Amino acid sequence: MGQWAGYLQLILDGAVVTIQLTLMGSALALVMAFIAGLGRLSRIAPLRWLATAYIEFFRGTSIFVQLFWAYFVLPLFGFSLTPLQAGVLALGLNVGAYGAEVVRGAIRSIGKEQYEACIALNLTRWQGLRKIILPQAFVLMLPTFGNNAIELLKASAVVSLISLTDMTFQAQVVRAQTGNTLVPFLTILLLYFVIASVISFAIRGLERYLTRGLDGIRS
Amino acid sequence: MPPSNAAPIIEIDGISKSFGAFKVLNDLSFSVAPGEKLALIGPSGSGKTTILRILMTLEGIDSGTIRVAGDNLYQMERNGKLQQADEAHLHKMREKIGMVFQLFNLFPHKCVLDNVTLAPMLTKGVARKDAEQHAMELLDMVGLADKAKSMPSQLSGGQKQRVAIARALALKPKIMLFDEVTSALDPELVEEVLNVLWRLCRETDMTMLLVTHEMGFAHDFADRVLFFDRGRIVEDGKPDEIFRNPKQERTQAFLKKIIAAGHRI
Repeated sequence: MGQWAGYLQLILDGAVVTIQLTLMGSALALVMAFIAGLGRLSRIAPLRWLATAYIEFFRGTSIFVQLFWAYFVLPLFGFSLTPLQAGVLALGLNVGAYGAEVVRGAIRSIGKEQYEACIALNLTRWQGLRKIILPQAFVLMLPTFGNNAIELLKASAVVSLISLTDMTFQAQVVRAQTGNTLVPFLTILLLYFVIASVISFAIRGLERYLTRGLDGIRS
Repeated sequence: MPPSNAAPIIEIDGISKSFGAFKVLNDLSFSVAPGEKLALIGPSGSGKTTILRILMTLEGIDSGTIRVAGDNLYQMERNGKLQQADEAHLHKMREKIGMVFQLFNLFPHKCVLDNVTLAPMLTKGVARKDAEQHAMELLDMVGLADKAKSMPSQLSGGQKQRVAIARALALKPKIMLFDEVTSALDPELVEEVLNVLWRLCRETDMTMLLVTHEMGFAHDFADRVLFFDRGRIVEDGKPDEIFRNPKQERTQAFLKKIIAAGHRI
């Protein structure tokens, strides 16, 4: 039994790396989602093209390939990243591309009458977006952002392929050392599920908090 | 009644506007004196709401010119040449004009007080304390001071519309546009909104343009009534002339229909 405690510790260390990756990757994804989502709605055509190119490229290629580029190919151009940096970069950019479409869709779903009220009250486009449109749209984005964060958590397992010692990597180590597949993989199965549940729970709480007293926005 | 020799605050000269193949406004001209209370009536699709939306710069025009307080609304002079107005010009022009919508268009994520203080603070840099004090005066005027901390979703339609009026007034516009502000309300809530309009009409020197189907109110409220049909002004006169003694056949037919529908004149 004693040896299993050591192996469990190994997997928990991996869980810490997985959580780090998920948090930092989600933060980058959120930033990218807003930049690219607003870019797609810009009046300036080159900004729209740039945002579209980013979204289509990162949605249209495999996260696996993107990660290998970040870790193995970028150094050939003089950019060396640690495995963690490469993992955060690839995951954040990949999931951010999906998030950008969520941002765009939510902003476009806010009724025309809200935009017209902004004009009638003489707000600038930016003031209207920041104070009126985005706060309402953000509530609509949250459930899908929650899904995206869970997708990111699960996709983070690919970093084990660039030797980052995340949860999946550690489970493979345990399996190799003990010859037992069931115990380590059952453990990480449960851990992934628990972390995903925490994300869902947190997002639902945030949603409830932001919709206090609100009516008529959620459809 | 404003002096008739004052320079007009709104001059509309030969404007046309189409939505696709449908010509909403057809070579339309009229002007409004400062302080004048104007009612715009007519069948739906006659272009009266479009006029308000154009004045608020929610819709552009295809041709013609509009002057508000002497300045060209949709064009500006630069290096001695007339150009299409840019955002900065429109921003300056909008300071003179406020609008209240049929469906209130309140900000659902802001409490009543914040709905009223938001624009003065953002567009005029008014300090929060001053903005809130002014907002409370306005809310008191529309009878909703006790609802300052409520969310719009907690209000009735009539209350929402009164907040929307206070919100527009907070920017101290010279011209107020009211677009069918009672059409979406339950009948028993119409009066509380009309009472507020009535007070504004009596107690301020704002120029007011009112698109309405409340013919009785239009009659009492307005200095002048414009009857619209198919994008043109068919009749333009004092309320008594238009409602009691319409000269045009189309005006007569419209009023007859309205009376048949049970509206008081």
